[in-house]
Amino acid sequence: MGSSRFFGYSEMAYILAMVAYITHIAFRKKVIGVTATSLAVFGFASQTLAILLRWREFYHLSGMGVLRSIPLTNLYESIIFFVWCLMLGYLLMEFRYKNRSFGAFVTPVAAVALLFISLSGMSTAIEPLVPALQSNWLLAHVTMSFISYSAFALSFSTGLMYLIMTTEHKKEGAYIFWTVTLGIFVSVLLAMGLDYMRFHVDMKPDEFMKSFLFKSTYKNDSAMVQVISYLATAFLVFIFWKYGYALKKLISGFNLQSSVLDEITYKSVAVGFPIFTLGGLIFGAIWADQAWGVYWSWDPKETWSLITWLIYAFYLHARFLRGWRGKKIAMVAVMGFVAVIFTYLGVNLLLSGLHSYGSR
Amino acid sequence: MKSLWDKVWSFFSSIKLAIVIFALIALTSIVGTVIEQQAPYETNMKVLSKLVGTGLAPSVYKGLDALGFMNMYRSWWFMTLLVLFALNLLVCSIDRFPAIWRIMRTPVKPISPDQMKKMPIKDELSLPDNLNAVLENAISAMKSAGFAAKQETGPDGAVQLYAQKNAWSRSGVYVTHVSIIVILLGAMLGVLFGFKGFINLPEGYSTNVVYSTNMDMSDTSQDPQRASLMGAVDSAGGDFQKAAHLVGKSLVDFKKSLISIGVIPLDFQVYCDQFQVQYYGQSDMPKAYRSLLTVVENGKPVVSKWIEVNHPLKYKGVMFYQASYGLSDDLSNGRAVLAIRPVGGQTETKRLRIGDSFPMPGTNETVKLAEFNPALAFDDQGKPETYSKMMTNPAVRVEISGNGGAPVSKWIVQRYPETWSLPDGSSIGLTDFWGVQYTGLQVRKDPGVWVVYLGCILLALGLYIAFFISHKKIWIRVQPDKKGILLNVAATCPKNRHAYERDIEKLVKHLKGGN
Ligand code: HEM
Repeated sequence: MGSSRFFGYSEMAYILAMVAYITHIAFRKKVIGVTATSLAVFGFASQTLAILLRWREFYHLSGMGVLRSIPLTNLYESIIFFVWCLMLGYLLMEFRYKNRSFGAFVTPVAAVALLFISLSGMSTAIEPLVPALQSNWLLAHVTMSFISYSAFALSFSTGLMYLIMTTEHKKEGAYIFWTVTLGIFVSVLLAMGLDYMRFHVDMKPDEFMKSFLFKSTYKNDSAMVQVISYLATAFLVFIFWKYGYALKKLISGFNLQSSVLDEITYKSVAVGFPIFTLGGLIFGAIWADQAWGVYWSWDPKETWSLITWLIYAFYLHARFLRGWRGKKIAMVAVMGFVAVIFTYLGVNLLLSGLHSYGSR
Repeated sequence: MKSLWDKVWSFFSSIKLAIVIFALIALTSIVGTVIEQQAPYETNMKVLSKLVGTGLAPSVYKGLDALGFMNMYRSWWFMTLLVLFALNLLVCSIDRFPAIWRIMRTPVKPISPDQMKKMPIKDELSLPDNLNAVLENAISAMKSAGFAAKQETGPDGAVQLYAQKNAWSRSGVYVTHVSIIVILLGAMLGVLFGFKGFINLPEGYSTNVVYSTNMDMSDTSQDPQRASLMGAVDSAGGDFQKAAHLVGKSLVDFKKSLISIGVIPLDFQVYCDQFQVQYYGQSDMPKAYRSLLTVVENGKPVVSKWIEVNHPLKYKGVMFYQASYGLSDDLSNGRAVLAIRPVGGQTETKRLRIGDSFPMPGTNETVKLAEFNPALAFDDQGKPETYSKMMTNPAVRVEISGNGGAPVSKWIVQRYPETWSLPDGSSIGLTDFWGVQYTGLQVRKDPGVWVVYLGCILLALGLYIAFFISHKKIWIRVQPDKKGILLNVAATCPKNRHAYERDIEKLVKHLKGGN
């Protein structure tokens, strides 16, 4: 299995790159910065190679055409692809804006996503495709969806950084918004981490996801543990609210102008929105039409895609027509990505639907 | 004093209304994803009990049901929201169109030096050159950047070159908006003049009705009517004319009442000749499954086609999609399709029921089909069992007698040809067990789907124009002064300014280097 070795390399490289980027912010040494970039580029290169190798393995296994064998058929592969797009987007931005500070925010996302895979014991096996998934439209749909998700992920991080940088006091709506969002975000991640630790056995992702998620915390059999989990979340949110300014200090050290952040947020949305519309909504509809004869069936996954789309349409209109700028619009960008995450994971994990994709 | 019309108009053209509608659609849709749509009563009671507790669940259910949330995407208020949304979009676009039209049609004009200084992109340089050379150079530079330059000489002797391109791209937003209206219209056509249904059709059976998927499963009040209507169809042997007569209705009324109970009559019969599944290797994971369907109209077969997932059959605007499959409860209709090859002889195909027997050619043996198992496996003790509810491993047990002594019993398994051969070198192959599987078909008629696709193309096009093409203007003022020529460049564009800035930089470089 050549591919898994290179996935391993890329995971290591991204983790080291994360450390280097963060150190770079702290010490601002050119050497460290160059090291960080080299590590990220190396990680990206080996990830690219790994994806290509897996593609080839899948091609030999499935006995179908080259395009049909693109490794984008389950949760594992889609997370890998998401990270790949994210890193590609980030590296392009680093070269374009000549600023490395941002890497300290993106590489952790990449590293956490890959760690999440390793910790979860999620099935990494190459599985053949069920008939409904054997469609070129689906391929275009999935690929473009993830490209747009990566663009939205970028807008999320810049939007969040913008909020962290520009909010002034604890009573301010935007401050409360970002601390609460981040607090819940981190709590949910931690809770999922606990689930993974607890059920770190060889399980099919489907079983795992649906029946074990939040079982060690919010949905534990013991009411006591449930209450404690909610309290812990509340506490974490409180901590974020109380000490959020520490993050602000950190980010102020980045030498980023808030207007640049605002612009990157907008640009990412402006790139993500058309791709999402075409790939996520239109191609998805065409595929569903061919496979089931229903281009739109209001199943939860579709509906959540629509909600996500509406939020980003709202973003564009609020910005252009109402002249929203700054904190208000940054909050919309952050909410948009929360909807993306829900569409991507939440629907599979929490709601059921006809999309077998991703929950398998 | 504003007229009523003006008030209505400004209400519908307001972006505030758009925001409210966006929010309402999004929020109600969220509720619709939590409550399973068109689900049986128990399903949603379970969901609600988890969310609000068993005590409250029944009343919450009643409330939500009264508001139409159990089938909300088809409820009147959700439709109203969509219509309002479309109206808003339409009025908004019409309202702003004249202004945009003007921008698109207005030619660029020369601007004053002061105005040039206020433009978002600007540059200034002096060149030790003569006026004509610089002008020529500038015109060619503009041309290679895609601008057809116009020229005007001012009273002070300064020459201004000016041009614009892609003015039409301002229409991108309107194409986008119109496309959404087109999509909604197409969807409405589908709802009004089409249907979505399904049918589970066993091999060897035909149907001229399908069942609507838009039926609300939580409503069981229509059952008696259903029984009487379907009873009539059955006793008329599927002939709607006769069935209508039986219940004393006209054909049109009869069909209408069928539709009202979720039974959709077709103008033809569909027959399932055969259904097949192909697996990945020895696994039970299906690689492909397909059905051979034949359309029969006025007693004559008109089309036959193998359909599979992603490859439907279309007849008279009705599409048949391969959606699922399964094993019938009643296995007694099944027939084993056997390929019998005696020693040194030709293969011969036979279709036999369980219980039938046949003489093995060239011998004096008799082969009896004793038993059928749709998913044969053997347990720890070696006893046969059925391991799945699908026909994943069909096998028949044959009993061969005639050689004196007790009959020999043997399992012949379709997916394992090595089980087909007999000790004497002959073989009995099981190639199919026909008549016990059904094919699950989604059936759709949607005259609006092409309108929707047209809308999708427009949407993609509109977004492309709106986001990736921008209306660019440029002015170059060339003024002779003491040292040579003073050149002012100014430019604007509403989108992708940085890319345009770089283009202008290139252009300026070209002007500098071109002497
Ligand atoms: C979900 C549906 C909608 C989509 C996808 C959509 C899409 C767009 C896009 C892509 C733009 C260009 C924004 C930019 O330049 O970045 C735009 C602008 C605009 N939209 Fe929408 N829109 C939608 C709904 C609406 C509605 C309901 C209204 C009515 C109130 C509206 C009014 C406008 C207006 C007035 C503009 C500015 C046009 C101009 O530049 O003059 N949009 N829309």
